[in-house]
Amino acid sequence: MHLIVALHYRKLVVIYNMTIDARFKIIRDNFTLDVELNIPDTGVTAIYGDSGCGKTTLLRAIAGLEYSPTSYLRVGHKIWQDSSTFIPPEKRSVAYVFQEASLFSHLSVRGNLEYGLKRVPKNNSKVSLERAIDLLGISHLLDRNTDQLSGGERQRIAIARALAISPRLLLMDEPLAALDLKRKHEIMPYLESLHDELKIPVLYVSHAPGEVARLADHLILLENGQLKASGKLDQMLTRLDLPLAHGDKAAAVIHATVAGHDTEFDLTYLDFPGGRFTVAHKDLKVNHPVRLRVIARDVSLTLEQQSNTSILNIFPAIVDEMTPEGKAQVMIRLLINGIPLLARITRKSASLLELAPGKHLYAQVKSVALLS
Amino acid sequence: MLSDSDLTALLITLKLAAVTTVILLLIGTPIAWWLARSRWRYKFFIEAIIALPLVLPPTVLGFYLLIALGPNGPIGGFMQLFGGQPLAFTFTGLVIGSVFYSMPFVIQPLQSAFHAIGHRPLEVAATLGASPLDRFFTVAVPLARPGFLTATVLGFAHTIGEFGVVLMIGGNIPGQTQVLSIAIYDHVEVLEYSQAHWLSGGLLILSFLMLISVYALNRRFALPKIGGDL
Repeated sequence: MHLIVALHYRKLVVIYNMTIDARFKIIRDNFTLDVELNIPDTGVTAIYGDSGCGKTTLLRAIAGLEYSPTSYLRVGHKIWQDSSTFIPPEKRSVAYVFQEASLFSHLSVRGNLEYGLKRVPKNNSKVSLERAIDLLGISHLLDRNTDQLSGGERQRIAIARALAISPRLLLMDEPLAALDLKRKHEIMPYLESLHDELKIPVLYVSHAPGEVARLADHLILLENGQLKASGKLDQMLTRLDLPLAHGDKAAAVIHATVAGHDTEFDLTYLDFPGGRFTVAHKDLKVNHPVRLRVIARDVSLTLEQQSNTSILNIFPAIVDEMTPEGKAQVMIRLLINGIPLLARITRKSASLLELAPGKHLYAQVKSVALLS
Repeated sequence: MLSDSDLTALLITLKLAAVTTVILLLIGTPIAWWLARSRWRYKFFIEAIIALPLVLPPTVLGFYLLIALGPNGPIGGFMQLFGGQPLAFTFTGLVIGSVFYSMPFVIQPLQSAFHAIGHRPLEVAATLGASPLDRFFTVAVPLARPGFLTATVLGFAHTIGEFGVVLMIGGNIPGQTQVLSIAIYDHVEVLEYSQAHWLSGGLLILSFLMLISVYALNRRFALPKIGGDL
């Protein structure tokens, strides 16, 4: 196991500029977290895994809320923890959004937002409080008491409170998990705008594949307190050796940009390196970046390009890898000009089409979801 | 109505209760905080000691304090060594006795209030840059406000009602150590029921009013606990 982690580690060093370097060994009563990680210094890194796999413990350790003597943490050029150093949480330039908003009930909304701001060095403000208030759309709530807020509003204020201290690193521990579906949808756009507009690296703990697909750029997969794999989101989602690429919700995420609109049929064209998706009209500007989610079971395969078909999104592809999915089905990793896509078909179809790695074919995408 | 000596007894009682409460809040807050936070496995030992006055007959507590504070006791002897007076039968002695006697009434509400806050608000404050002392004063104390109110009023009221300990270590020196409860006892002994009525009724109403205000205020302070928040 150690060898695998070490090999992986070397691979990551090549991929990332390795600005956050962590090694944690934390032993608790019935659980051990033992990981060695390089975390990219930009974008959103999702820490994903089943509950109890150590996601939260890892996040707490990075914040300095969990202590273990043998751990190591370097953020940028600063050592936050090694054998002789342990910077306490209040001295780490890190903001933490907990699963529950955890607002201070003895302070007003404004008091909550200013609590951290008052305690950080003034010249350190990359994100001003005004900016945070604006990003999260909470200006109308400032003079309320915390008990006059909905769950979604509370969580937005907790996020703004965290951002207001201009952290070097933003840690979010399942910030949506305690909310109902409606509130989740209310907050998601704000999280996406954080992702698009802030330069702060974000570590986002989640066990919801949907959230990960929408927000993350990188993925760290934990299993039983150990690092299972980590890498770029689009690769991780389509790696057949990982659990994410299996089951009903297995899906690939594709980055595309708006290429244009068709006014006659009310359609929007989205270009990605493998071709062009045609989807129902979306009110987006040309060149706007979008994320697409293609669910494996919505992809069918043909050996020749169909001309008499209702499906618009057909791409030439190569079979990269395939594994059995249950008894009756096969999960296939395709490459469309190097862009990975998953297809789930029956084992019988795979046999009839004589599928094998390297085979050229056409992927027909029945439906595609726009994530942002 | 109240005679001069009754009035003096009332003033001494109020002064004793006020001084005792202030001292108990000052020493009880850190102890309660420690008890609420510490994971020391023998913590229960300290908790039991603090709870002792709840179950011990006040005369027992008073007896040991008398021994300790008297000229031959460790504390009284120590005082004498440095040219002071033994503390038995003085107002200071009464304060010391009351501090022990009312300690659980101050520490226990504070401890449970601190405990009820949980770790989360303090962790939030830490990640927002607050040092441990800063967290204590700007998060723990304000959130434990109902506990402080309860502790103050219970400490004060319980000290007013004390009898046995005072009798043992304070004696019954009018103008110095004679408190209300003992004045009442004296009146009853000599069949001065009317004075006893005035004092007893006054004490009853005072105590009732204090408790009513605690419960009413604590209901107003009651902190919302919606959605797992603080």
